Amino acid sequence: MIITTSKPFEEVLKELEGEQKVFIVGCGSCATTCETGGEPQVAEMKAKLEAEGKTVTGTVVYEEVCHELNTKRKFRENKEAVEAAEGFLVMCCGAGVQSVREATDKPVHPACNTMFLGNIVRHGHFVEKCSLCGDCVLEDFGAICPVTRCHKGILNGPCGGTDEGKCETDKEKDCGWTLIYNQLEKMGKLDRFRRIYGLKNWQANMKPGRVIFERKGGGE
Amino acid sequence: MTVLIKEHAKPSIQEILEAGKFLVTGEIGPPKGTDLEEMIEHINLLKDKVHAMNITDNQSSVMRYPSLGTAILIKELGGEPTLQVTCRDRNRLAIEADLLFAYTRGIRSVLCLTGDSIPVGDHKDAKGVFDLESVQLLQLIRNLEEGRDSGGNELKGGVKFFKGAIVTPEAVPIEPQMIKFEKKIEAGAQFFQTQAVYDMDNFKRFMERARKINDKVYICCGLVLLTSPGQIKYMNNNVPGVFVPENLAREMEDAPKEERLNTGIRIMARQIRQLIDEKICDGVHIMAIGKEDVVPRILEEAGVDITKM
Repeated sequence: MIITTSKPFEEVLKELEGEQKVFIVGCGSCATTCETGGEPQVAEMKAKLEAEGKTVTGTVVYEEVCHELNTKRKFRENKEAVEAAEGFLVMCCGAGVQSVREATDKPVHPACNTMFLGNIVRHGHFVEKCSLCGDCVLEDFGAICPVTRCHKGILNGPCGGTDEGKCETDKEKDCGWTLIYNQLEKMGKLDRFRRIYGLKNWQANMKPGRVIFERKGGGE
Repeated sequence: MTVLIKEHAKPSIQEILEAGKFLVTGEIGPPKGTDLEEMIEHINLLKDKVHAMNITDNQSSVMRYPSLGTAILIKELGGEPTLQVTCRDRNRLAIEADLLFAYTRGIRSVLCLTGDSIPVGDHKDAKGVFDLESVQLLQLIRNLEEGRDSGGNELKGGVKFFKGAIVTPEAVPIEPQMIKFEKKIEAGAQFFQTQAVYDMDNFKRFMERARKINDKVYICCGLVLLTSPGQIKYMNNNVPGVFVPENLAREMEDAPKEERLNTGIRIMARQIRQLIDEKICDGVHIMAIGKEDVVPRILEEAGVDITKM
């Protein structure tokens, strides 16, 4: 799940300066769960923009705004409202915003800040456990990621900033390396902790990432 | 023409330790800016009183005059530097290049640290690098010594350093810390400086543990000068792995305001004496943090004269 937070409304208004007619795009996936770009938030945004004197030519909320073909299809389905708009406000992650970018040449604006790939702890409570490094090390660390759960992302044990299981950056945050140590100890696998981990390949996912799967035979 | 510096005014800390002498080192915190006057004063004051001076590398993630530049300055002033290298601000390319340069300028000792995190410092919006960390840095230096950079390429002229690292005797929990200590040795650490220690009984227990893991590696006890009850309270509440015990806190509280610095000096002198008399470890690393001018007094009170050791 991609975790997003809403930008302050004043910032959104500033983005839309000079554009009177706006089309709003919300996402039925992650942004709905985060309550940053689901049906209720899109409706609320529409009302707030109209109260500011804007014209909302249309709104659409659909699953996976990040799906580029799907986004183009949705734009065709809403042709009239899309064509009437001077700009687009996209209420989901940065991938969704750029998916909309592919569907139009008109101004496209983000309504959210994209935070991280998150786990849902409970309603409205998200935490980051994977940072998409492209070279998964979970096997070595008791399925707890040091690249993500340790603030510094270091690979050979806790730094000097660890204190009673908490991180020097935030006493509310667990020290990832204490979690890893405790997990490996529980599993009787402390030998993994003792092993020196060499330099990591930070280019395993060379930015910008790109994966193209070969189609297996058959089908079309 | 070679620019490699081979003349050294002072013996290296490796030579001191291998000769079985008690190593006494100090620390220089570079200034924020280019006015080096006070730092030069401190260097001149300390260079013959201690065997070597550590230079902090953007300590506590606060941007300062660089450790490498200061190390060279110490060399030029006739002192012996220990270059601190952290992994927070430079990736492996930058660190390797700095180390090549340091070697050609006569730097012989390097202390390898991961580095504090960015948010604790004064450039809170900066990107922390951490391409590698202390254990990998030690390995990287060993590779450079063997004539290879971390890209696996051969070097035309390598390096040779006395490699040090940090250990935190008061870390809670201590077990992961001790495993990391062991890993640092395996990665090439030849000497250790500890994070600030105040409880000598606890430090002795740590030394027993450390010696069981490895009885050859040199360990120098890190001491930070106490200056006020407020500082003690701050350190106990905010500095991970630093704990000032009740009896020392009381000693400082009981001192009249004008006697506080003297009390701190007395406490540290007493601790240095104990480290030497009881042969607890191989040396002491004195961190006076801005009060470098009192280091000669601390040593005098401890009865330590490196020219007579």
